[in-house]
Parts: sequence; structure tokens; C-alpha cells
Amino acid sequence: MKITAQEKQGTLVVELQGELDHHAVETIRDDIDQELRRTHYAGLVMSFRNIDFMDSSALGLILGRYRTMSQHQGRMALCEVNPSLRKIFELSGILKILPLFDSEVQALQYVKEG
Amino acid sequence: MHLQARPTAVENYMVLEFPSQSANESLARVTVASFAAQLDPTLEQLTELKTAVSEAVTNAIIHGYGETEGTVRLECRLSAGSIEVVVTDEGNGIENVEEARQPLFTSRPELERSGMGITIMENFVDELVIESEPGKGTRVVMRKHIQVDGQKH
Repeated sequence: MKITAQEKQGTLVVELQGELDHHAVETIRDDIDQELRRTHYAGLVMSFRNIDFMDSSALGLILGRYRTMSQHQGRMALCEVNPSLRKIFELSGILKILPLFDSEVQALQYVKEG
Repeated sequence: MHLQARPTAVENYMVLEFPSQSANESLARVTVASFAAQLDPTLEQLTELKTAVSEAVTNAIIHGYGETEGTVRLECRLSAGSIEVVVTDEGNGIENVEEARQPLFTSRPELERSGMGITIMENFVDELVIESEPGKGTRVVMRKHIQVDGQKH
């Protein structure tokens, strides 16, 4: 499991790569939280472009970061979820509280406008 | 949902045991996916199967054994175009299975669990049975139809 964290126009963009299961989530959660502190919770975009597998552990990771961002009045968005993962997002109801965009540019735009 | 005894003989099976370490979650998924490949599943069927297996094995590791380490047993059987996967632990067991099956229910919110694991299993396999006894362990039986009369499901 690998993540790439970049600050783009003040927003933290986290690109996840690999298989996002319980084991992977445990290894990256602290890294994401550290980056969020560093960028003062200004905004968060999570990109799933390079994720080809995920389970409910990933939902826990997303919801946890959503809670953190909400506490700091920061906005958050998801982007580039491939079709095989889509069903999990839809089942979970997570899309009722978090917007999902086709592209990172759109997600960044949404977070910035907050 | 209850699994009915099927008249069809088991055509192939495999058994795998591993310690309840999270690094073995991917091993379990990949093993089941390789085994199921004999039924020529679609990519979607395979992803659903892998996800359900991942949920069951993660539950055995996090909830079954928690801070202690034990053995997780994974059994797969192929018969009549279906795959049956059984995940067994000898851990804590579940006090109330019906409660555990409710969407968003979690006994470990401090671990950022979403409470969606069993809901995902229910949606991604055709039959799901959870048997559990507190202090003894949990057995999860999943069956997914891959082919019907030699045709893809």
C-alpha cells in the first residue's frame, strides 16, 4: 500500500495506491492524519484512481477523516472511483455525506469553493 | 437465510489455515480468487467474492481474536457452478448475531470500523450464514453462484 500526498492550491490531495483493506488502512491512517495537521485541515481530496480493491475498512478510513475534517470546518471530497468499487460506495450510503467526482480537478474545485 | 443440503457432490475443495495477522487478509482473498477461477467467473463476480472473503477474514482477526492471536481457517468447496467459502475462528464469538448484522453496527468504533462488513457480505454473495457462540468462536458460511447449468450467472 502506497500513498502520495500533495498540497495543491492549499488542499491536501491524497492518492491511494494498491489494495485498501484493513491491513493497508492501519499502515496509512497516521500518515494521512500527519499530512492533514501539516496543512491545517484546509481541505482534503482522496483519489481512488489507483485502487483496484477495497473493503469496508476503507469506508472506516474515509468516515474517520470526514469526522476530523468536519471538526476543523474543512471540506472534503472523493474522486476517481473505478466501477468495480462503486457498488461498495453506493451500498454504504457514504455518498449521501461526501461528494464523489469523476476527476481530481472537479474535486479540488469543490473543496476550494468552501 | 439457511443453507440447504445439496445433492451435488463436491467437485473440488481446499483448506488453508493461517495466524490472525492482518497481513494474511490479502493472502486469503488471492487464494479464494485463484481457486474460484476454475469456475471462470466474471471480473465482477470475482471482485464481489474477494470483498466478501476480505470482510469475513478481517472480522475473524479484529473481532474474533482482537488483541490475541489465533488461527483462522478458510475452506472452499466448488460444486455445481457455485463456490462455498467457510471462514472459522475460535475467538470471542458474537453475543447477538442479529444485532451484528445490522448496517452500521460495530462493536469497535474506536478502531474506525464502518459497521458495513456484514452488509457488504450479504450483498456480494448469494447465501450467508453466521453461526457464533460467545467464548467459542464464529463460523461464516458464504455461497456464491458463478454458473448456472454451465452458463454464467
